[in-house]
Amino acid sequence: MMMSIYTRRVWANRVGMAMSMVAMSLGLIGLMWILWTLFSKGFAALSPDLFIQDTPAPGSEGGGLRNAIVGSGLILLFSMLIATPVGIFAGIYLAEYGRISRFASFTRFMTDIMLSAPSIVIGLFIYAIFVARTGGFSGWAGSLALALIAIPVVVRTTENMLKLVPTSLREAAFAVGAPRWQVSLKVTLRAVKSGVVTGVLLAMARITGETAPLLFTALNNQFFSANMSEPMGNLPVVIYQFALSPYDNWVSLAWGGALLIALLVLAVNIGVRVAFRQKGKR
Amino acid sequence: MPDQAPTNSKQAALLVRNLNFYYGDFKGLKNINMDIARNKVTAFIGPSGCGKSTLLRTFNRMYDLYPGQRAEGEIMFNGKNLLDRKQDVNLVRAKIGMVFQKPTPFPMTIYENIAFGVRLYERLSKSAMDDRVEWALKKAALWEEVKSKLQQSGLSLSGGQQQRLCIARAVAVKPEVVLLDEPTSALDPISTAKIEELIYELKNEYTIAIVTHNMQQAARISDFTAFMYLGELIEMGDTDQLFLKPRNKQTEDYITGRFG
Repeated sequence: MMMSIYTRRVWANRVGMAMSMVAMSLGLIGLMWILWTLFSKGFAALSPDLFIQDTPAPGSEGGGLRNAIVGSGLILLFSMLIATPVGIFAGIYLAEYGRISRFASFTRFMTDIMLSAPSIVIGLFIYAIFVARTGGFSGWAGSLALALIAIPVVVRTTENMLKLVPTSLREAAFAVGAPRWQVSLKVTLRAVKSGVVTGVLLAMARITGETAPLLFTALNNQFFSANMSEPMGNLPVVIYQFALSPYDNWVSLAWGGALLIALLVLAVNIGVRVAFRQKGKR
Repeated sequence: MPDQAPTNSKQAALLVRNLNFYYGDFKGLKNINMDIARNKVTAFIGPSGCGKSTLLRTFNRMYDLYPGQRAEGEIMFNGKNLLDRKQDVNLVRAKIGMVFQKPTPFPMTIYENIAFGVRLYERLSKSAMDDRVEWALKKAALWEEVKSKLQQSGLSLSGGQQQRLCIARAVAVKPEVVLLDEPTSALDPISTAKIEELIYELKNEYTIAIVTHNMQQAARISDFTAFMYLGELIEMGDTDQLFLKPRNKQTEDYITGRFG
């Protein structure tokens, strides 16, 4: 009797292990396939021209992605300049000021909705309230749309990190007579600095590849432009347009752009992990 | 009131009158009356949950951080009721410092740990601040160990050093009263001995109230001892008298280890 229960357990364990291995390899195969295709086609497109030439006109030879790389960089930079302070301060409000207030739980609810909102909706929203009224597509509109996507990510990570701060540290800061804003900014936020920075970087990684919100906002620009008030070239939209085009050099450039985005996101993720590991050791 | 320490109001730093404390509906402190003598060490003993930490946390209004906790009654400090709604709690906490059970250095350098509290209420020049940091660290008997590494993180110190850093931090803002909530319960015996010596030194200039689970510690370092049980002050008096000749049966049972 005892033996049969034992054998059953051994077999149940084997079956369970086998099923999870199959599931894992399915996932890994898909991921590896994507990465392999991206790397082989992307590296073939990598050349110095990619960084010094602008996107080519239809039918012309060669070309690069300079305008799109610079445009993406500017749009990302300004969206993070908006999203970082707004997100961090909102996170501080939720964790330090409004733990139980109604306004805070409403904000928390809205943040959750924003986190799962389709990005195309955000793009349409900015189109309606900004692009349509200011009379044109622009880099600014693109930055705003991406900021709206990044803010809830920053808010959530900041709040979750601050909630991990032990009550004793918070009490100790209050005990020397510090007002709440000093406790929040100088003690608790500092205690979770690396976690908050991680949240900001992951938010950036999240918006790096967003295409839909830029279609209605920054649009695209086949010429080089650093003017945020005009339509601006950017990698995701260029990839979207070029990948579906009939020209071989365009398709190749699209792969190159996709590789650049993937490498940037990869670099951010690895950077975050390395930074966190060093923190853990201390 | 026979259970009070033998002091009059001039010698008392804190006068507690008819103090009741509530955690929501639960009554944590029941009609407490006591005087905390100036420039003396008053120890609070009693079994876990008896309200001694709760009482300590009313002295600097720490409970204010938590909705649902409230205190009624009077705690007179420099002629004003601390529990008054209009009382500025940050000012109270600058005058009545606190050190906690677990060492809680701020995530900044040793120097900044001390300077943080000072900057809140005083604008000092760089050299005056340097002097103040040195003064506070000397008061906490930590200066010799850290003077060469003031710019290192406070978290890099050992547990005992961190706790002395916390005492230095509390002393640096020049409070009148220092509250110690089981300051040595997370420390080894050597660090504990250092902190106890320190408390003995500090009482010349500060009024000290300490909560402890360790009756020997209370007997060693305090001038007055209060025994609490189930939210009530059972007996308070001269430490020697309370430990040698307790007037109350419950006190006697507790200090002889028969319950608790």
